[in-house]
Amino acid sequence: MDLAGLSTGWYLALSVALFAIGGVGLLVRRNPLVMFMCVELMLNAVNVAFVALGAGLNDVGGQVAVFFVLVVAATEVVIGLALVVAINRRRSGATADDVSLLKG
Amino acid sequence: MAEAVFAVSAVIILAGAIGVVASRNPVHAALFLVQTLVGVAVLFVLNDAHFLAAVQVVVYAGAIVILFLFVIMLLGVDKAEELRIEPIFGQRPLAAVVGAALAAVLGTVVITGADVLTGLRRAGGDRALDGDATDIERMGRVLFGEFAFAVEITAALLTVAVVGAVVLTRRSSRSDGSETAGAARAGDA
Repeated sequence: MDLAGLSTGWYLALSVALFAIGGVGLLVRRNPLVMFMCVELMLNAVNVAFVALGAGLNDVGGQVAVFFVLVVAATEVVIGLALVVAINRRRSGATADDVSLLKG
Repeated sequence: MAEAVFAVSAVIILAGAIGVVASRNPVHAALFLVQTLVGVAVLFVLNDAHFLAAVQVVVYAGAIVILFLFVIMLLGVDKAEELRIEPIFGQRPLAAVVGAALAAVLGTVVITGADVLTGLRRAGGDRALDGDATDIERMGRVLFGEFAFAVEITAALLTVAVVGAVVLTRRSSRSDGSETAGAARAGDA
């Protein structure tokens, strides 16, 4: 284990910072594609935490969880980008603010 | 050595993340995303998760970002977005407050909980990381043993996603015809 001297806390701190940056980006940006990229940032923050905690606890379960997160992230991107393409076909250049048909 | 690698990749990861959020051009955002993903892959290697590092580069930095770039080019939205104007009043300050609060809450959890987590449980048997097996071997045993049902559900999920993507983006000739007919009727009326 080459974790000597580097505690899990540092990885978790980096994970928190990455998650917060991704969250702020999701709230600030309006281009749906960039919003998806911010979601990817947040998912990667969680992956860093999973792998670091798995290494800290000497358990491969963290890596298995990251594997499933990767699969679900790929699925989410496929469906999300298909939705973006479908929306842009009806009205080009649509931002997230334009898709407010379901707003009460 | 591990500290130096961690510090360098942490700087790369955070710089890439800020680049994704702050860049005006979606193509630049996608390239900054690649920077962050590769940095995360380095951290995986640092934690002896070599298989996940390879998957991270191939699937994430390869397939997913290329998919993003394809859609950016397909839609032609690669023009720069005007970031200076604020469409919703107070959106940026509120987002900053929410982000700071999120970081504060999660940071508190990490600081107070890190000692509880370390050394909490040492896995044995197939799941222990300090055996002779490689990380692929370990992951394979756990995935197709303990998590076999979850893997099957994942397969179903991927199939549903592919079918859903095709259905969402398909433009059938029949629906096109009825749409133009409807438009013509609307024009007549």
